[in-house]
Amino acid sequence: MSMPLFTPSNDPGSNFAELVKRVGLTPPHETWSGSVDVPHATTCVALRFSNGVVIAGDRRATSGNIISHRAMEKVVQTDHYSAVAISGAAGPAMDMIKLFSLTLEHFEKMEGRLLSLEGKANQLSIMVRNNLPAAMQGLVVMPLFAGYDDVDKQGRIWDYDATGGRYEEREFVTIGSGGTLAGTVIKVGWRSELSRDAAVTLACKSLWEAADSDSATGGPDALRAVYPIVATITNEGWSRVDDTELSPIFESFAEEMRSR
Amino acid sequence: MSMPFYVPPEQLVKDKADFARKGIARGRALIAMRYDGGIVLVAENASNTLRKISEIYDRIAFAGVGKYNEFDSLRQSGIRAADLTGYQFSRRDVDGRSLANQYGQIIGQAFTHESKPLEVEILIAEVGITAESDCMYHISFDGTVSDEKAFCVLGGDDASITTRLQESTVTDSTLKSSVQRAAAALAGPDRTLSADDLEVAILSRTSQRRCFSRVTDADISEMLS
Repeated sequence: MSMPLFTPSNDPGSNFAELVKRVGLTPPHETWSGSVDVPHATTCVALRFSNGVVIAGDRRATSGNIISHRAMEKVVQTDHYSAVAISGAAGPAMDMIKLFSLTLEHFEKMEGRLLSLEGKANQLSIMVRNNLPAAMQGLVVMPLFAGYDDVDKQGRIWDYDATGGRYEEREFVTIGSGGTLAGTVIKVGWRSELSRDAAVTLACKSLWEAADSDSATGGPDALRAVYPIVATITNEGWSRVDDTELSPIFESFAEEMRSR
Repeated sequence: MSMPFYVPPEQLVKDKADFARKGIARGRALIAMRYDGGIVLVAENASNTLRKISEIYDRIAFAGVGKYNEFDSLRQSGIRAADLTGYQFSRRDVDGRSLANQYGQIIGQAFTHESKPLEVEILIAEVGITAESDCMYHISFDGTVSDEKAFCVLGGDDASITTRLQESTVTDSTLKSSVQRAAAALAGPDRTLSADDLEVAILSRTSQRRCFSRVTDADISEMLS
């Protein structure tokens, strides 16, 4: 494709989403009647701990009663200090994450500095609101945003509603069909100065309980070696918790159930 | 109707080229060279905020000399083109050669058709998966694209800097000695450049997605010592 050139009065600035629109790459908002059966993604959680946040999500996508994907990545690193987890219609959600990550990277390269964490959360809110026409037809995308604020020196978490409403939480957030179940587990176990290991275990426990009672949430799949995605974001940035660390945690949950 | 005076095309091109050359020569120079871990870009730049070197994409860096507003708008167009290509296709489909050719088109078009040519020279550096596939494309003020192998000098007194760089002794190709050689070549025999006067960035051949990083003033001081 040719290099996009703009006159100063017509310049889209550092906003990638706006640039994509200007060059005509966004599909027009079409309204159609009836509903489409698309894969849906489910339980994701994020919680704050002493020096950052833990973000985690299961790997299952469902279409009605069918499991359509077993290894979907719903928790995605969006830049060095932030991540998004999604629930809702998988297709539009993946597209939103892709555009969102690119928007952050594009801004960083154009301006030579990172967008503030608040700015990133706000940008995501605009994207969710833009999806409202599709949400009205059943293609709801519900993200959760977590990151480390380099100015405030702490982890911060947000959840959203379909109209783009943005809500910052102090303790934890959960989304998806198993969100309530996972939320109860975290609510009971959450303390203000959790250690990193305790926070990772609590996130795993919440997903375990959600998968146990919600058919649309997948549990750890030891047979295929597919474990939930769990990651921490601290002042050192995003770091994914390795499966070798997760498997004994889930094994201990299983052991605990067997001994009941 | 009055007829404009006839100006032979040779004269027209020469005048424009002289104008552009003069504009570029007023600014400070920049060197890009290969080292054992990738490509290092060293610019003489007193400003800490108005950059000459910047990241375009995962493995691609941009460097410009001449008029700041002109090369900065070219830099932005490059980031846009790269990000859009990556968004539409895949991240692997963004390559330096294609960007260099597009820059050549735009700068060449301005040179022949606009009343004032762009007073810039730019460089597109791309670090390859292997050292053999490293690329450096030099785009001059008239849109000529050339492919440089070991190093590339832009702007300022480029001829004498090139000579100094060629004549400097090559001990090894580590980052430290490459930065030392580049700084010495930029400075010339009569002055020395400190970390404050230099802007240094590298494209390192790592396993990480984004290969571009800036070298801090503290690290530059250490390399120069």
